[in-house]
Amino acid sequence: MPVYRKLWFWIVVLIILSPLGLLAQGTAWGEWGTDELKEMLGMVPQGLAKLAETWHAVLPDYSVPGLDKTFAQQAVGYIISAVVGITVIVILSYFIGRALAKGEHE
Amino acid sequence: MHIPDGYLSPSTSVVMYAAMAPVWGMAVKKVKETLKSRQVPLLALAAAFSFVIMMFNVPIPGGTTGHAVGGTLAAIVLGPWAACIAVSIALIIQALIFGDGGIWAIGANCFNMAFVLPFLGYAVYRAISANGRSRVLGSVVGSYVGLNAAAFCAAVEFGIQPALFHTAAGAPLYCPYGLAQAIPAMMFAHLTVAGPIEAVITGIVVYYLQRSAEESLFYNATA
Repeated sequence: MPVYRKLWFWIVVLIILSPLGLLAQGTAWGEWGTDELKEMLGMVPQGLAKLAETWHAVLPDYSVPGLDKTFAQQAVGYIISAVVGITVIVILSYFIGRALAKGEHE
Repeated sequence: MHIPDGYLSPSTSVVMYAAMAPVWGMAVKKVKETLKSRQVPLLALAAAFSFVIMMFNVPIPGGTTGHAVGGTLAAIVLGPWAACIAVSIALIIQALIFGDGGIWAIGANCFNMAFVLPFLGYAVYRAISANGRSRVLGSVVGSYVGLNAAAFCAAVEFGIQPALFHTAAGAPLYCPYGLAQAIPAMMFAHLTVAGPIEAVITGIVVYYLQRSAEESLFYNATA
């Protein structure tokens, strides 16, 4: 469907524009890391401190480790993250969709 | 409103996973019955759109940030069950690869943004845009309501933690903010900023799709 191509074009536009999302300073409510909580409350709740270490993401907070010193680097890391994320999502969605969908199968 | 690991007690996390499991199960069953092969790219598009739109953080007065989700839009195009799957895919990838949202919290985050948000948003959209009335209006109001309902659920999940889970001395073990702080904070952010952004984005996309005369891109429960 040709309209799908147009829609993917806009996804690419959004990926390129995504570093705009880096401009907003501040953390979303309830998404503070343990450092921020220490600053805000003077303490980190015990259970939180333990569970916060459960998982160490490979591209934490949409940044490429090491490529985060300047805003320009962060922007590049953000775009790389967007591309990685969308690639994985597309592949996953495609396979899940194929498994679930009915209709013409090759 | 991606809840990170540590803000919800393990028991809360398990309860939310348990609440979401039948939703996922039903979503798989329903989507098997209704999703056509030619719609599979739409599922990928919806998940991709949701993912990328969540990268656009906007500042909220008070020093925090928020973002749109695109879950109601996914439901308008694919129906709520497929939207549930699309948004869940985005949320799970966000948690696993980027640490945006905790692993323990996947059940809760999906409950809020992949279940409450698209289902309520879609219901409001249908109620408004039935009888041929404006789909754009329905999508704007529906997505606004859906996002705020999801934010409210997250606020409750956060806010009940200190009362339920604390040390003997009364110190909170997980989320340190109770309902009296969580609800106003989350609702202010989403009623005033994130909600309108979600509504505008949804409305623009629906307007654009409708103008392209792509009727087949709209989920029709009667079809």
